[in-house]
Amino acid sequence: MERVPILKIGDILLVSIQLDMSDQTAVALQEDLAQRIVDTGCHGVIIDITALDIVDSFVGRMLSTIASISKVLDAETVVVGMRPAVAITLVELGLSLNGIRTALNVERGMELIAAAHADELDYQLDDEPDAETATP
Amino acid sequence: MTTGVDLGQPQAQSVRSDEDVVRVRQLVRAVAVSVKLSLVDQTKVVTAASELARNTLVYGGGGSVEVTVVNNGRRNGVQIVFADSGPGIADLDLAMTDGYTSGGGLGLGLSGSRRLVDEFQIETSAESGTRITVTKWSR
Repeated sequence: MERVPILKIGDILLVSIQLDMSDQTAVALQEDLAQRIVDTGCHGVIIDITALDIVDSFVGRMLSTIASISKVLDAETVVVGMRPAVAITLVELGLSLNGIRTALNVERGMELIAAAHADELDYQLDDEPDAETATP
Repeated sequence: MTTGVDLGQPQAQSVRSDEDVVRVRQLVRAVAVSVKLSLVDQTKVVTAASELARNTLVYGGGGSVEVTVVNNGRRNGVQIVFADSGPGIADLDLAMTDGYTSGGGLGLGLSGSRRLVDEFQIETSAESGTRITVTKWSR
């Protein structure tokens, strides 16, 4: 079985899916990623699906599951690079990708994660009664 | 429209493992490209094939897929037959409902793939298993 490589860039784990994954490979990615989040303490995961020419319900569910697992492990997931034809097909298939943040490319994905993490830090530091409450 | 596509020669792929589902996707894509489906239509038919091939494997206990180039006099299309000799689908109306699953899936395989193709036909029985035929026409 092939495995999808996971790269660490600063505080972010980057996964660029470059192969037509079998279901087993998708499940292995889920488990590998959870382990890497815990091992590295990274606060962000970017999944680049630029090279995927389809996202079916299995891969869609994998993306949702990864987002939920990372959330529990204090990391934000952003899916980037979805092709227009894939987006059209996903919607028609009826898949809503609940709880998944998306961005058009890796760069914007990194900005999104940096912003989300900064908000969280602000919120934690913000214990003065008169301080403006930051809306999430 | 006359094209160089080879009509009526079915290409078969058995579905016994995860990797075979990947092979079905690749075969359907190659045929969809050969009949000049648009990129969106290629994506739709390959996605539908992926869902149905997975059903053949997971619910039908494995089976076979046949991909054929068809022509209705005006347009070329891709026809795909998914056949298994599994237990069949007990309640077809229920199985075609969005969100219903008898397994651990999302329940979008049958209902969702029907929306992605132009023609969808299903025959199922406890004796002879399930046979699904789908067609996507070029525009």
